[in-house]
Amino acid sequence: MSWLLVGPIALPLSAAVIGFCLRGRDGAQRVVSLIAALGLAGVAATLLAVVWQDGITVSQMGGWPAPFGITLVADHLSSAMVAVTAVIGLATVIYSFGSTPPGEVSYALHPLVHALLAGVCGAFLAGDIFNLYVWFEVMLIASFALLVLGGTRSQLDGAVRYAALSLIATTLLLSGIGLLYGLTGTLNMADLHLRVQDVENQGLLTVVAVLFIIAFGIKSAVFPLFFWLPASYHTPKAAVSAIFSGLLTKVGVYALMRVFTLIFTHDVGYTHELLLWVAGATMVTGVLGAASQNELRRILSFHIISQIGYMILGIALFTEFGILGGIFYIIHHIIVKANLFFVAGAADRISGSTDLDRLGGLYRDKPVLAVLFFVPAFSLAGFPPLSGFWAKLFLIQASIEASEFVIAGVALAVGLMTAYSMTKIWLQAFWKARPADAGPPPMPLPVRLRMLLFGPITGLAALTLAIGLYAKPLYSVAERSARELMDPSRYVEAVLKTDHPAEAAQRQGIGRLPTQ
Amino acid sequence: MEPIVAVVVGVLMAASVYLMLSRNLVRFVFGLALISHAANLLIFVSGGMIRGMTPLIAPNAVLPEPGVANALPQALMLTAIVISFSVLAFALVLAFRTYEELKTVDTDAMRAAEPDNGIGEGS
Repeated sequence: MSWLLVGPIALPLSAAVIGFCLRGRDGAQRVVSLIAALGLAGVAATLLAVVWQDGITVSQMGGWPAPFGITLVADHLSSAMVAVTAVIGLATVIYSFGSTPPGEVSYALHPLVHALLAGVCGAFLAGDIFNLYVWFEVMLIASFALLVLGGTRSQLDGAVRYAALSLIATTLLLSGIGLLYGLTGTLNMADLHLRVQDVENQGLLTVVAVLFIIAFGIKSAVFPLFFWLPASYHTPKAAVSAIFSGLLTKVGVYALMRVFTLIFTHDVGYTHELLLWVAGATMVTGVLGAASQNELRRILSFHIISQIGYMILGIALFTEFGILGGIFYIIHHIIVKANLFFVAGAADRISGSTDLDRLGGLYRDKPVLAVLFFVPAFSLAGFPPLSGFWAKLFLIQASIEASEFVIAGVALAVGLMTAYSMTKIWLQAFWKARPADAGPPPMPLPVRLRMLLFGPITGLAALTLAIGLYAKPLYSVAERSARELMDPSRYVEAVLKTDHPAEAAQRQGIGRLPTQ
Repeated sequence: MEPIVAVVVGVLMAASVYLMLSRNLVRFVFGLALISHAANLLIFVSGGMIRGMTPLIAPNAVLPEPGVANALPQALMLTAIVISFSVLAFALVLAFRTYEELKTVDTDAMRAAEPDNGIGEGS
């Protein structure tokens, strides 16, 4: 099943290479991009189906056995994340056909989007911690280039902040990996799970764990490390901000979820308690920041932060149900948040602004867009029967089961504040009359453009609605993922394929650091 | 040998943090270059520094002879150096383009994306 694990990485990567070779030939580039995005969706769906049937699927690159070679692992969490990545990738490609007309920037947009997708999928499938770092870097470099595509003043300004903090984060991650390797002598995550238990200096291990919290915390924009996000996410092209908001921070959350269930579980009382505080503070600061903003995409950017808090809460509770809620939340959030940025881009296209003071009357002019905004916006706020309701319900129920009543209350209150922000957008952009100084009323969009912009929005809104009305499939995937995460023995067994003590002992002998 | 290199890592880290705290974007980029060197050296030290034999496995043997140098940290460093080199190149170009567009290297004076009125220029 090797091609199935390589596919989600190789397919977008080759699309990126072919796309760069086709620069200047817009039509051909778009065809390649669309085919690759459809192919990725196909491979991701197959991968999810295979993992659902056969359990954890592992592939050793080059035939080198773990823990020496490079391992790709797909458990339920990884394959579900790859699947949702493929969905967002496809939506972004189609949307960008409409939102970014053929012109100077389109030669790089599609190849870079695919490079980004390759990095994201690679991070989800990486079985060792150093490869996780490498895929993070692939994703990061692609995202830098996407962010400055177009080169306006605000894009450059945003990119400086984004690049600065991201690069510090990866350096910290690299240092953490180096120290972890020094402590354990291995980089394979399954092997690390076994080796960390033998580490004598548990205090140093906790220090390394905190280093990972900071590194992945910057990536996933948690309190107090989130300032790069609202400074940069509103500046790039609409399609780019949508894929950023959907995927990038969630890779950080995924990585936190992976290492804090598989590797750093030696001092749950400290690390996970720290994460719990981080989760609460992230939720509150994010939603308060959003309340103070008056620009559509900046409000939505701050809401990413507050939503990240919920996902971290799932990890911090460290119960099976909590993790389940966290995973459900991640997948719901990726779909909803990317869609909201798509809507913001469409509103910008129609009205020529994303400033709430200059927007208005969209409900009268574009009732379809209003409905399409309504679904993800109120799903984000957690209204039943939309997907966000279940996500919040599971997490709050898990918090109460774990006797964390304060955080349950915070989560509920933040949901209410989210509803406030969404209502504000609704009232300002859609309901109130169009302000007199906002220029001439919007022109009707050409039919082809409308299809390209509204198609992905409709598709994602339908997905949100489907998850809300029939939550069972996603619930089952999240349930199985959570069970695997809370009991890593299956993951370890699948990767190392060894239960013979003699073999394990020999492995220990080879893998150990040579000593003097 | 390890204690000396460990101290060097610490000094490099401290110097890079000092540089990165500056509001000057150019200093920040220099700090970035230093901190990646510090991280690379850190991998080197924590992998264990042994003046050993080349890590070659004899024909028909499964294990290398004891006492050989560990090649993995060097492989990791090599990867990390390549990555940090490319990223640094990007950071330099970004800093230069930002200076061209915004006419400043003072990060506090860069308010194009987040002006005081709360509304960005957008794209």
